[in-house]
Amino acid sequence: MWQAVVSGPQGTNLSPEESAVVSLPQEPDLHIFAAIVENKFGVLARIAGLFSRRGFNIFSLAVAPTADPSYSRITIVVDVHNTDVNQIAKQLDKLVNVINISELHPSDSLERELMLARVGAVDLEAVVDVISEYGGEVLDHADGEAIVSVSAHPDRLDRCERQLRPFGLHVLQRTGRIALRALDADEPAVGMTA
Amino acid sequence: MELTGAQALMRSLEMSGVEVMFGLPGGAILPVYDPVLDSPIRHVLVRHEQGAGHMAQGYAHVTGKPGVAMVTSGPAATNIVTPLCDAFMDSIPMVVVTGQVAMSAIGSDAFQECDTTGITMAVTKHNYLVTDPADIPRIVAEAFHIATTGRPGPVLIDLPKDVSNATMDWYWPDGVDLPGYRPRREIDPAAIAEAARLIRTAERPVIYAGGGLLKARAAEALRELAEMCEIHVVTTLMARGVFPDRHPLCLGMPGMHGNYTAVTAMQQADLLINLGARFDDRVTGNPAHFAPGAKVIHVDIDPAEHGKVRVPDVPIAGDAKVAIEALIEVLRPGDGSAVTDAMADRSVWKSTVSGWQEQYPLSYDQPSSGHPLKPQYVVEQLRDHTPDDTIVVAGVGQHQMWASQFWQFDHPYTWVNSGGLGTMGFAVPAAIGAKVGRPDRTVWAIDGDGCFQMTAQELISASAENIPVKVGILNNAYLGMVRQWQELFYAERYSEVYLSADHPDYVGWAEAMGCVGIRVESAEEVVPAITKANAVNDRPVVIDFRVDTEEKVYPMVPAGGSNDDIILGPEGDADAALKGSAPS
Repeated sequence: MWQAVVSGPQGTNLSPEESAVVSLPQEPDLHIFAAIVENKFGVLARIAGLFSRRGFNIFSLAVAPTADPSYSRITIVVDVHNTDVNQIAKQLDKLVNVINISELHPSDSLERELMLARVGAVDLEAVVDVISEYGGEVLDHADGEAIVSVSAHPDRLDRCERQLRPFGLHVLQRTGRIALRALDADEPAVGMTA
Repeated sequence: MELTGAQALMRSLEMSGVEVMFGLPGGAILPVYDPVLDSPIRHVLVRHEQGAGHMAQGYAHVTGKPGVAMVTSGPAATNIVTPLCDAFMDSIPMVVVTGQVAMSAIGSDAFQECDTTGITMAVTKHNYLVTDPADIPRIVAEAFHIATTGRPGPVLIDLPKDVSNATMDWYWPDGVDLPGYRPRREIDPAAIAEAARLIRTAERPVIYAGGGLLKARAAEALRELAEMCEIHVVTTLMARGVFPDRHPLCLGMPGMHGNYTAVTAMQQADLLINLGARFDDRVTGNPAHFAPGAKVIHVDIDPAEHGKVRVPDVPIAGDAKVAIEALIEVLRPGDGSAVTDAMADRSVWKSTVSGWQEQYPLSYDQPSSGHPLKPQYVVEQLRDHTPDDTIVVAGVGQHQMWASQFWQFDHPYTWVNSGGLGTMGFAVPAAIGAKVGRPDRTVWAIDGDGCFQMTAQELISASAENIPVKVGILNNAYLGMVRQWQELFYAERYSEVYLSADHPDYVGWAEAMGCVGIRVESAEEVVPAITKANAVNDRPVVIDFRVDTEEKVYPMVPAGGSNDDIILGPEGDADAALKGSAPS
């Protein structure tokens, strides 16, 4: 997976120099899908297999049971650069275990992603200065290293990650984004006839 | 009532209406083969698991009922992957049961273990690993529901041996509860109205009839629509027979080896009415150059087909028969006048199309006597000397194209072949399955010598089970279609395509398998051999037709090319064809 700056039609709040940090062969065109699926073994493999064989490019994927544990909610971020968005939704909808699928438009959705990172922290205060701007916290600190936790909008997380890099980013784990439709947003308009 | 999982499986198949199943036992499926002895379901024992799958497909093709196959785990499961993929590509309803090692052994690389659900995930509409015998009736009911509704397809049930042996309290579910599966789609009246508007105003409309029409049992509705609106119909490889070839509006098969008129009419149409077809690359050629001036109405029960290859102007998601009937309803005038009164003038188009038909018929040249025997001649003689409703089954390659081109299909469900996957070896087992499904019909497999060698052993199954199919091998001693491509596109550098006409000795092989074997080497011998074969009804017949090695399938649109660049063949004048008097 890329270390990519998210920029594209979903609209980000990055300054020009921020979004120019990483150069990619092509600009990704990221779309977010939320799928409710039956919480059964093999369902994730079906979805991953579908993406692979249809040539759809998963950027990130997060999955966990819903409040009703017989279902899971999956947030899939897809690079649709060479793919028809509707094809992705329609092909996913054909999977028997997929209850419904909708596209979440960033303008009317709330997105979050969690990052855990092991960073160089000889100067712990400087690290704290960076992450506190993003509401992060230090979980562990020893021998000139710290483990920090930051939860934020993925674009802000990208920025935080870049700011931590000079300290030495020894281990980085991000969860991939999760998203919910905002309370005042209209219902999805993805071509699902369900 | 307490049943073992194995008994519950057989009982569930019976409850699902299964009359015939095709299979071969082995270790992990052994428990289920015991109650097979007590079941009213007929079991046809195959010689190779691929045969079981293709038999189930052939059965499904001609009956419309789901084909059922049962095999054991590991290599048996992998052997049936090809038929699953074939059925997935051609939307054939099929339920396959595979044995699996015991639950406790799964993941341990046990003997004859493989990850069957993992392997078949990409080639089934859905699949199941059964973990509790109490789930068996529910899963079987769901499997048949999924296989036969919406866009049909194959469903696999993987049954571990300990689940077969464990007991459960028998029940049969009232229905199925699949919240994520919604095969029924209501036809959008606004889309029908818009489609009707396009049909009324089109000057050069063509109905592009696909295999989905056969699945929807929509042959009569199609005919009513075509006749009412006087619109020409092309029938794709998967749809041969859905509209009678003898009908004056029928243009026959389009595509890479379609006839000139079918290909060119689509290419120059201003409206394509796609009913249950999927813009396969063998029909469209290079999609960027396919039917460039046509608006598209696309009826498909699978909305994912809309825009997958060609973005339709009017997508209609739903059952093709319901959609056609809705179209007819909207198009039919209330005042009893002819529908065509309300339509654009198509007289120029009609005369252009009939001009093409006259100028560019399918052709070949059979010398009046002796050698070389032309494969097209064999197909024509088979056509003319068998009952009108004979079921024809083909493998994949030149013989398949000649069969589709030179047979006259006048009835639906008389043509069985592997379209999407292009599975060599399909014909013999699929013909056996077709004959099991329609024992009242004459079933002829038109096969190639290369194909025949892949699955011929199933004729032993046919002899043993008294299934009298007939096989005509168009034996040109080559992997003929590959040879044709090497001749045309690889400077006649023939690489690994020669098979020999004599090895194997097809007549001797047929006889060894309990069939009647006949060899035909000249045109004069063709009809007597067919007559003799048709008279045999107590065992299979194989005719080894020694045909011209050099003969090629024409017309031909080179792969990836534009359908405007159709090659008519040595007898045709391609340049003249390309300059054909097409309306702008």
